[in-house]
Amino acid sequence: MKISVTVNGTVHESDVEPRTLLVHYVREALGLTGTNIGCDTSSCGACSLHVDGEAVKSCTMLAVQADGASITTIEGLAKDGEMHPMQKAFMENHGLQCGYCTPGMVMAATSLLKENPSPTEEEVRIGLEGNLCRCTGYHNIVKSVLAAAAGN
Amino acid sequence: MTVTEDRPSSVLGTRRLRREDPALLTGEAKYTTDLNLPGALHLAVLRSPYAHARILSVDTSAAASSPGVVAVYSGADLADTWGTPMPSAWAVTPDMKNPAHYPLASAKVCYVGDGVACVLATSDVAARDALDLIDVQYEPLPAVVDLEDALSDRVVIHEDLGTNSSYTWDLKIEGHEGQVEEAFANAAYTVRERFIQQRLIPMAMEPRAVAAVPQPFGGGMTLYSATQVPHILKVMVALTLGIPEHQMRVVAPAVGGGFGSKLDVYAEELLCVALARKHGVPVRWVEERAENAVATIHGRGQIQHVELAADADGKLTAVRIRLLADMGGYQQLITAGIPLLGAFLYAGVYDLPHAYDFSCTGVYTTLTPTDAYRGAGRPEATYAIERAMDVLADQMGIDPMDLRKRNFIQKEQFPYTAFTGLVYDSGDHLKAAELAAEMADYEGVRARQKVQNVPGATKLLGIGQASYFEMCGLAPSRVLASLNYSAGGWEAATVRILPTNKVQVVTGTAPHGQGHETAWSMIVADRLGISPDDVDVLHSDTAIAPLGLDTYGSRSLPVGGVAIAMACDKVIDKAKKIAAHQLEANEDDLEFVGGSFTVKGSPDRTMPLAAIAFEAFTAHNLPDGLEPNLEAQVTYDPPNFSWPFGTHICTVEIDTETGQVEVLQYVAVDDCGNQVNPLIVEGQVHGGVVQGMAQALYEEAVYDTEGTLKNGSLAEYLVPAASDVPNITLGHTITPSPTNPLGVKGIGEAGTIGAAPAVMNAVIDALSGLGITDMAMPASPHNVWKAIQGASK
Amino acid sequence: MIPAAFDYVRAGSAAEAISLIGEHGDEAKFLAGGHSLLPLMKLRLAAPSVLVDIGRISDLSYIRDAGDHIAIGALTRHMDVETSAVLKEHAPLLAFAAGHVGDPQVRHRGTIGGSIAHADSASDLPATTLALGATYVAQGPNGTREIAATDFYHGFLESALEPDEMLTEIRIPKMQGAGWSFQKFNRRAQDWAIVGVAAWRRNGDAGVALVNMGSTPILATSVSAALAGGASVSDAAQLAAAEAEPQNDLNASPEYRVHLAKVLVRRALEESSK
Repeated sequence: MKISVTVNGTVHESDVEPRTLLVHYVREALGLTGTNIGCDTSSCGACSLHVDGEAVKSCTMLAVQADGASITTIEGLAKDGEMHPMQKAFMENHGLQCGYCTPGMVMAATSLLKENPSPTEEEVRIGLEGNLCRCTGYHNIVKSVLAAAAGN
Repeated sequence: MTVTEDRPSSVLGTRRLRREDPALLTGEAKYTTDLNLPGALHLAVLRSPYAHARILSVDTSAAASSPGVVAVYSGADLADTWGTPMPSAWAVTPDMKNPAHYPLASAKVCYVGDGVACVLATSDVAARDALDLIDVQYEPLPAVVDLEDALSDRVVIHEDLGTNSSYTWDLKIEGHEGQVEEAFANAAYTVRERFIQQRLIPMAMEPRAVAAVPQPFGGGMTLYSATQVPHILKVMVALTLGIPEHQMRVVAPAVGGGFGSKLDVYAEELLCVALARKHGVPVRWVEERAENAVATIHGRGQIQHVELAADADGKLTAVRIRLLADMGGYQQLITAGIPLLGAFLYAGVYDLPHAYDFSCTGVYTTLTPTDAYRGAGRPEATYAIERAMDVLADQMGIDPMDLRKRNFIQKEQFPYTAFTGLVYDSGDHLKAAELAAEMADYEGVRARQKVQNVPGATKLLGIGQASYFEMCGLAPSRVLASLNYSAGGWEAATVRILPTNKVQVVTGTAPHGQGHETAWSMIVADRLGISPDDVDVLHSDTAIAPLGLDTYGSRSLPVGGVAIAMACDKVIDKAKKIAAHQLEANEDDLEFVGGSFTVKGSPDRTMPLAAIAFEAFTAHNLPDGLEPNLEAQVTYDPPNFSWPFGTHICTVEIDTETGQVEVLQYVAVDDCGNQVNPLIVEGQVHGGVVQGMAQALYEEAVYDTEGTLKNGSLAEYLVPAASDVPNITLGHTITPSPTNPLGVKGIGEAGTIGAAPAVMNAVIDALSGLGITDMAMPASPHNVWKAIQGASK
Repeated sequence: MIPAAFDYVRAGSAAEAISLIGEHGDEAKFLAGGHSLLPLMKLRLAAPSVLVDIGRISDLSYIRDAGDHIAIGALTRHMDVETSAVLKEHAPLLAFAAGHVGDPQVRHRGTIGGSIAHADSASDLPATTLALGATYVAQGPNGTREIAATDFYHGFLESALEPDEMLTEIRIPKMQGAGWSFQKFNRRAQDWAIVGVAAWRRNGDAGVALVNMGSTPILATSVSAALAGGASVSDAAQLAAAEAEPQNDLNASPEYRVHLAKVLVRRALEESSK
C-alpha cells in the first residue's frame, strides 16, 4: 500500500506491506536506525518516536496508520548540528550508559515536557513509566529530564 | 605562586562528560542490528517447545520451499560442521561431567529454547515465517525443574553422564581440619539458614545480534556481535569451527548492555559464521525478546545452606556453606565456575579464623543454561552472609549494625591475609558503615520504628544493611590457573603518540555502556600531560586491538586501565631518552611535568612532548640504537584482585494489608579506591543498586512443572521502570588499592552485590515484629502477604 | 515480531466501516488505536485476514456535554479522556482512570472505544465505565442500539457486540457531587492491575466495579446493596468479591486477589466518602 509520511521534515512516499510496523519502516525503509527495538510486547519503549508531536511506541503502530502523519525520530531532534536541550541534559547529567534505551527515553521525555513543562520528580518518574532502562537505575535519567525542564 | 597552567592539576577525579554520548544520543551509534549489509541472508532458529524431549524426526521440506528461503538445516544436517562442541572454558574439577553441546541439537533437547533447526532466507520475516513450516516430531521426556529433584537423579538428563551432578567443588582450609566442627561444637550461637537465589533473566535492553561477513576468496571472516568478549569469542570461534585464528576478526559495534549475558560464545554466533562460510554471503541474526528470555543465559539459580557459629559476644567462629547450583541444560562458557567466584566471600567483611568449609555441587536441569550475571557468585555470597548476620543479631537480641561492628576486619589489619590465603588489599569497613548509618539516619529510623511498628500497625518500617566486600578485577592469571580456568586474567594496552602529539590508545577492554573511551582518555591525559580531547581510544575490534581479555568481572579499570597507565609510563621513558639526547642532559636530571621534560633547576631547558613526538617520527636525531616513533605496549597481569567494599542501607515501609514494599530511602556508600571519573562511578552504582533491588523485589524467572518459562517477556518479567524505584543517595569513602599504580578498584558490580541483601534485611526487619525471620526473593506483594498470613497462623 | 500478513482497508465513516466489516466477514477486525489488537497480532495470538482501520473517522473523537450524560466518541484517545475539562467536571473518576491506562505512549494512541470493545477484564476502562453506569452505543447494518454496560461483558474478551457492529459512543451519566476513587494495585506502574477498583458514592448510592477479578469486569453489587442497607464501609468491603471469580496468575492467587479486592474496595469507599 502507498503511504506518504513526513519524517524529520522530509516527505517520503513509500509502498509498504500493511503488516509493516512503523519501527521497521523507519529503520529499514528509511535507514533511520536510531530508533531501537527492545521487546515484542510494547513494554520497553526503546522504539518511542513522535507522531504528530506525541510520543508513541512505533512497534505498536502500523506504517499504514502513519500515512499522512508527521514523524520525528531521534535523528530529527538535533538542529543545525546542535543537540536538542533534552539530549544535552542527558549528556550533562550522565543520563545514559549503553545508549540502547536512550533514543526512546529522550523522545518520551521531550513529549512529557511538552505536556507538562515543569514536572515534579514523581511526575517525571511516572511520565517515563513506559520506558525501561537496565543501566542507569533511572536516577540520572530523572535528573536529566528535570534539568531540561529547568532550562526551558 | 601563580599557577600558569591552563589545565587543572589533573583531570583524574573530575566529572568529565562522556565522549560516547553524542553518537548514542542522536541515533548515530550503530549497534550490530543497525549494520547495513547488502546481500545478507537472515538466520532464524527453530527452538524446542519442550524442556526435555527426544527428537524423532525433523522435516524441513515445506519450509525449504517457502518464499524467500535459501536453505533449511536441522541439527543433524550440520553435525559435521562443528570441529568441537561449543566451548566451556571452566572445568572446575578434573572429573567435572560436561555433556557435548552443539549449536543445534540433533538427538535430544534439554531446555525450552534449545535450537533444533534453522532457516536462511532473504529477509528476517521470510526466515521466521518459514520456521512454522518445519515439522519436528518429539518424544517428550520428564522435565527436571527443581534443583533437589535434579540432584536425586530421578530423571537423568544426559544419559551418557549417568547423573545430573556435574561436579562438587570443595574449599577446605588446609592445616585447619576439624576446626569448623570444633567451632560449631563450642559455639554460643549458631545460625542455620536455607536461602534461595532465584533464577534471573539478565534482560540487557539490546537483545543479542550477530552478523558474519565472509571474504569468499580471501578466506577471511568478520564476525560482528553484540558481545562483551570479542577477543575470547575470536579464539573460541576459530577453535570450534577450525578457522585459522589470523583469518578471524571479531568486532563488537555499539553494544547495548551485557551484565554478563554477552560474556559467552553462543550457538547463533557459530551458526552465522558456519553458514556464512558455507554460502559465501553475509549471514545475520537478530534476537527477539521472547528468544532472549530463553536462549540467552540466565543468572543466579542456587540453593544456599548457610551455617554460622559465633561466640558469646557474637564474634564469628566458623562458616559452613553448602551450595546447589543450577547450571541448566548444558554448560555455557563459564557456567560451572560462577558459584565459585563467590566461594571465598562467604565470610564477607568479617574477621574469621581458619574455620571455613565450603562446598558447591553443580547440577543440570532442563532449563536455560545459567552463566555470569552482574556480580556472578559474589552477590550470592554477600546475600548469604549478610542475611545470616541479621539472623544471628536477631537471635542475640542485638542491633545488626552492632553485630557487624564487632566482626569487621579492622582498618589496621590491611593488607589482610584471609583464611583462604587471599590478601585483601585495603579497606575501612567501619568508616563506610558509619558514614552510611549517618546518611541513612540509622538511629533516627530505629527510633521512628519504635513508635510506628506497634501491634496492629498496617504500615511497618524496616531498615536493613549490607556490608560487602567484592573480589573483582579478574584476575591474577596464576590464581585463575589454580581454579582450572582455561584463560589468563591479564589485559593489554598500547599507547601511541602520533607525529602531531595526538594519542591513540588501543585497549583490550570491550565497553558496552561503561564509558571506557572517556575514562581511558582521562588516564592518558593525566599521565602524558595533555588534554583528553587529544586522545582517541580504540577497542572492540580484534583487527585494531588484537590482544585483550575483554570486559566483565569489574576488571576493566583495575586491569585494563592500569595497563594503559603503565603503557603511558613506558612511552614517557622512551620520550625521556629522546629529550635527554636533544637537551644534552642526563636522563636522571629530567623531570616530566605538565607534558614537558625539563632539566631540574633549569626551567629554560625544556622540551614538550609534542616536539619529542615529532622528533621520534622524523627520526632525524635520535639517540643511537633507539627505534623511531613513540609507542609502547604493556600486558598487565594484576598481582591481586581488587577489593572494593562498602555499606548499603535501605529503609522500607510495608503495607501489611497488601504486602506492598515501598523503598523509602536507599543509601549506598561504596569505596572503589581512587575514582577516575566520579560521574561514571555514580552511574555504575545507581544502575547496580537498581539491578540488585530488582532481584529483591521484582524479578524471577518462573517455570511451570513442564519446564516452560511463564514470564518470558518484558510485560511479565518485571524489569522495574523509573516509577518503581527510588532515588539513590550515594556516599563514598576512598581507600586506594596499594596493589596498582592508580590505586583503583572495580565498581561495575558493587551496587548489585550490596543491594539485594540490604533490601531483604530491611523487609525482614520491618516484618520481624510479626515473627517473620526469612522470606524468599522477590519480596513481591503476594509473597509478603503470604508470609504475613503464615506468621499470623 | 511482526503480524501475519493481512489486507488493510480504511473506513471514512462508521457506516463505511460497518459495510466493510460485513463484506469481509468473520476474519475481519476493526483497528482503532491498535493498542489491544496489534500486540496480540505481533505474538500471532490473533491473525485477522483483514483489518478495517477506523482510526481516521474523526467525527467519532469527541467529548460532549449531552445534558444528563457526557457522550464520548469511541475513538477518543485515553489522553483526551484523561485531560478533558468536561470529564474532570462531570466524571472525574473516568478521567483519572484513563490517566492510569498503560503508559503515556499507549494513551497517545489507545482509544476508549477500542479498550471497551476489546472487553478485557484486566483493562481499567471497562470496569470504570461499568461502575459509572455507562451506556454504550453500537452501530450495525440496521442502525444503532444502546447497550447498558451491565449487559455488555459476556466473557473473556467477549462482549455483546455483534461481529458487524461497531462501538461508536460511550455515555456516562452525570453525577454531581459524587465522591470517587480509583485504586490500581500493580507491581510496576505500566502494567495491568493485579486488582483494580473503581468506585463512587453519593448520598446513599454507590457504584463499585472491579478490574481483573474474573473473566469480565465485575460490578460489585453486594457492596452497593450493603451500603444502601446501612452497612459500614468496612463491613460492605468484606463483600467485595461476592460477584467475582478471580483467576490465578503469576502475580496473585485467587485468595490473594479476593483479599486485595476487600482492602482496595474499603480504601476506595473511604476515599469516596471524603
